[in-house]
Amino acid sequence: MNFIFDHLLTLILFVPTAAAILMLFLPRERVGLLRWWALIASLIPFGLTLVLWANFAPESTGFQFTEQAAWYGVLNASYHVGVDGISLSMVLLTTLLMPLAILASFSIKERVKPYLILFLLLETGMLGVFMALDLLLFFVFWEVGLVPMYFLIAQWGGSNRNYASLKFMLYTIGGSLGLLLATQLIGVVVGTFDMTVLFAQWPNITEMSLPLGLSVPMVKAIAFWAFVVAFAVKVPVWPFHTWLPDAHTEAPTAGSMILAGVLLKLGAYGFLRLVLPLYPAEARTYSGALAFLAVAAIIAGALAAWGQTDFKRLVAYSSINHMGFVVLGIAAAARASGTADAVIAVNGSVLQMFNHGLSAAGMFFLVGVIYDRAHTRDLNEFGGLWARMPVYGSLLLFTSMASLGLPGLNGFVSEFLVIRGSWPILTLATALGMIGLFFTGAYILKALKLVLHGPLNERWAKLSEISTREILVIAPLAALMLAIGVWPAWILNVINRAVQMWF
Amino acid sequence: MQFPILSVLIFLPILAGIVLLLLPAGRKNLIKWIALVTASLILLLSVIVYFSYDIAAGGYQFIERANWVPALGISYYVGIDGIGAPMVLLAGLVMFTGVMVSWGVDDRPREFFSFMMFLGASVLGVFCALDLFMLFFFFELAVFPKYLMIVLWGSPKTRNYGGMKLTLYLFIGSMIALVGALAIYFGSGLRTFDMIALEGAGFSTAFQRLWFPFVFLGFGILSGIFPFYSWAPDGHVAAPTAISMLLAGVEMKVGAFAALRVAFMLLPEGARYWSTAILILATINVVYGAFIALIQTDFKYVIGFSSVSHMGLVLIGFATLNREGLIGAGMQMFSHGVMTALFFSVVGMVYDRAHTRELSELGGLFRKLPIAAVGFIVGGLVSMGMPGFSGFVAEFPIFMGVWQVLPVVAVIAILGVLITAAYILLVVRRVFFGELPEALANVGDVTLKDKISTILLAVIMIALGVFPSLMAPMISSGVDHILALLGGA
Repeated sequence: MNFIFDHLLTLILFVPTAAAILMLFLPRERVGLLRWWALIASLIPFGLTLVLWANFAPESTGFQFTEQAAWYGVLNASYHVGVDGISLSMVLLTTLLMPLAILASFSIKERVKPYLILFLLLETGMLGVFMALDLLLFFVFWEVGLVPMYFLIAQWGGSNRNYASLKFMLYTIGGSLGLLLATQLIGVVVGTFDMTVLFAQWPNITEMSLPLGLSVPMVKAIAFWAFVVAFAVKVPVWPFHTWLPDAHTEAPTAGSMILAGVLLKLGAYGFLRLVLPLYPAEARTYSGALAFLAVAAIIAGALAAWGQTDFKRLVAYSSINHMGFVVLGIAAAARASGTADAVIAVNGSVLQMFNHGLSAAGMFFLVGVIYDRAHTRDLNEFGGLWARMPVYGSLLLFTSMASLGLPGLNGFVSEFLVIRGSWPILTLATALGMIGLFFTGAYILKALKLVLHGPLNERWAKLSEISTREILVIAPLAALMLAIGVWPAWILNVINRAVQMWF
Repeated sequence: MQFPILSVLIFLPILAGIVLLLLPAGRKNLIKWIALVTASLILLLSVIVYFSYDIAAGGYQFIERANWVPALGISYYVGIDGIGAPMVLLAGLVMFTGVMVSWGVDDRPREFFSFMMFLGASVLGVFCALDLFMLFFFFELAVFPKYLMIVLWGSPKTRNYGGMKLTLYLFIGSMIALVGALAIYFGSGLRTFDMIALEGAGFSTAFQRLWFPFVFLGFGILSGIFPFYSWAPDGHVAAPTAISMLLAGVEMKVGAFAALRVAFMLLPEGARYWSTAILILATINVVYGAFIALIQTDFKYVIGFSSVSHMGLVLIGFATLNREGLIGAGMQMFSHGVMTALFFSVVGMVYDRAHTRELSELGGLFRKLPIAAVGFIVGGLVSMGMPGFSGFVAEFPIFMGVWQVLPVVAVIAILGVLITAAYILLVVRRVFFGELPEALANVGDVTLKDKISTILLAVIMIALGVFPSLMAPMISSGVDHILALLGGA
């Protein structure tokens, strides 16, 4: 038992990888076995995360469940992992969505084995980012998660998957080049990659004995932007978002769930974990620019979503819209860190990350459900489906309302917190963001109307109702949306302490 | 007296090569098995050398010495340090996998495997040599098997051109290096070719600056430094599979290794003087090589040019003259050797079945050759510098080294990563995914031996990527010695 407690994070992190490796030796014809194997393998980290959550002490500061082991000693980089309230909520989100995504993947018929192996490897990559307390380790997990996602899109994606997957890969690798360079620079200057040391030293560095030919503040400003671009591509923040609609639209359903549910959070998490703590001064200086980008994402995302006729593309653009609020909260914290308002804003941001993970995964799944049956995603071809599929219709309505920010459901709580926190700090941007909320309502209602209401298109007269397996995927998400909406304290308690410590 | 493991390593393949030539040509199976057993023994010995090298003690180990031509100060003097040991392991790995994937060679296998053994002895001799003359001797020993193997077993269209070009380039290179080596010999006044003695010869600054380019370029041509790289893709593409693996995987490291051993370590002041020029040339290697790889239409040429790009990183690492850069260069030599051996072996497997290397005529082969495809993808991820694979843990310290000397090079060279990602993803898609052309509908899977060698090389790259400390401390111990020489100049 002690072993499990001492290595809880490592177990959560590598159980999926171990399961993936073992899966190589399972026969590929036994599709049922493969599916259940992967599902159970992804439920173990979820169970361990619940143990982690139960034993996490929200009131104590600093990282918990830390583990440190030698890794790349000659560069002073180590395997150092740990969680605080911010990362813990992201770990929970990841380990929760993973089994649901695998359950959703039971409809995959082709090359099931490599598909599931890639999915399990993807889980390790994402979890590693949330747990890493070493900058080099962070970068390793940051990049390595791209590989399974690339192949998931390229091999199991829609008709335009080649273009979308290559664009996704090159965009994110290209965006990370600056992060890579800045990571090297920090490693050279500070002499270690350990984040706890970096947080203490890097912001205060005033001298660099490197032949850079630029002043230190200048170098740090450039490094700041290198970090920002890498994370902004992933979030994605306007104008770095153009990979997202393609990738999300072409990815298989479960891939979109994870892409929107977790991968986008990696970018926002990068802002919270690295950008703000490492570059407090630069973040304050450029917080106005961040707020502008956030508002642009909120409004442009909502307007673009409104203009879509492809259901999945509409949901994809909605992610840009919702993640804009996360960045808005971060910008507020960058401008006024240490104030009560900033703490509220970041609480809202982190909760919004969690909430968007739930609702985006749910929405993509529900789009997938209808696509599996109708083989089209064109909104104009649907209509009146409520009559045929009342259960599906109500689930879609429920998830959409959560996404829209209906009070009583989760989206409202987090968006309210972001707006409440940002308003005194970035009044104009927040006001503009609230206009964006109006468009959010518009596009969601548009989608609901086109799909569920109006006259039933005769083509769909024979569509079958959502299946039990599919309900099992969406039910936990819906339950959590309601739980957070009615009683957010259970998760905010965990987030809040960490936020108070950092911002 | 300890077991003379390095001598056994060097002379075992020579012995096997001679025995093979004495066998009747018709005994093809016996010939192949002798080659495989020899290669397995070489691999085993190289693994033993690698894992019994004492990192804490550092320095040159497994030393053996005997007089050879005492009147001229020439001795048979072998030993390895922390940079040489991984190279010996690399040579063992590529010899073994090279024999494994050459099982299908049916044209004069006796000579084929015999020459391959001589080539193996040559590279092992260079990696172990502590005597300048001996290093040179083994360096030159490679010329005749290289040339013959390309022109006799190479791809019919280009083998004469490719073989001749490669040999002439290298010949000119070794002439230049010989001039430099002789200058070192006479300039030292020690009348010895003993490299450890020469390390302390105390050459004057002017002497070092003058002769450094001779030895560096002379040996460096073999590592493909810009602008003397064009022999590499032509020669490597023309060569038969196992020889492409050995040439790109190991021989290019021989060039870099000899340049390090002779130019950087014996003439450290020269290295300091010329380091910026090398950085610039090698940066061109990285970015330009990647661009050229991007526009190739021949599967094998993509890999040929990728080597030019990656070896640039090794030379950049050398030229930083600091700890991180040199460690990274040592890691990159090993990582690239394994990676490119894997690449060329998979290219060979594809060509043997498809009989074409035109990317436009290939496709969908994942379903036909899944293991080879996965191996190639792993190699591709190494090539892209993807974290979790050996390329990343090698390139990262190189860049850290560059930041300390010429940051602009880091910013430019990093573009190579993006271009590499583009050509690797495109080539993987064109060859292994998409539609399977009609003509390839009936190709069979690769053999068990092919699979074993592919998996072996792929697993090593992943293991090193996940656990860089399997190699980094050893290289670091070798680098400490180089840094002492650089600091003492």
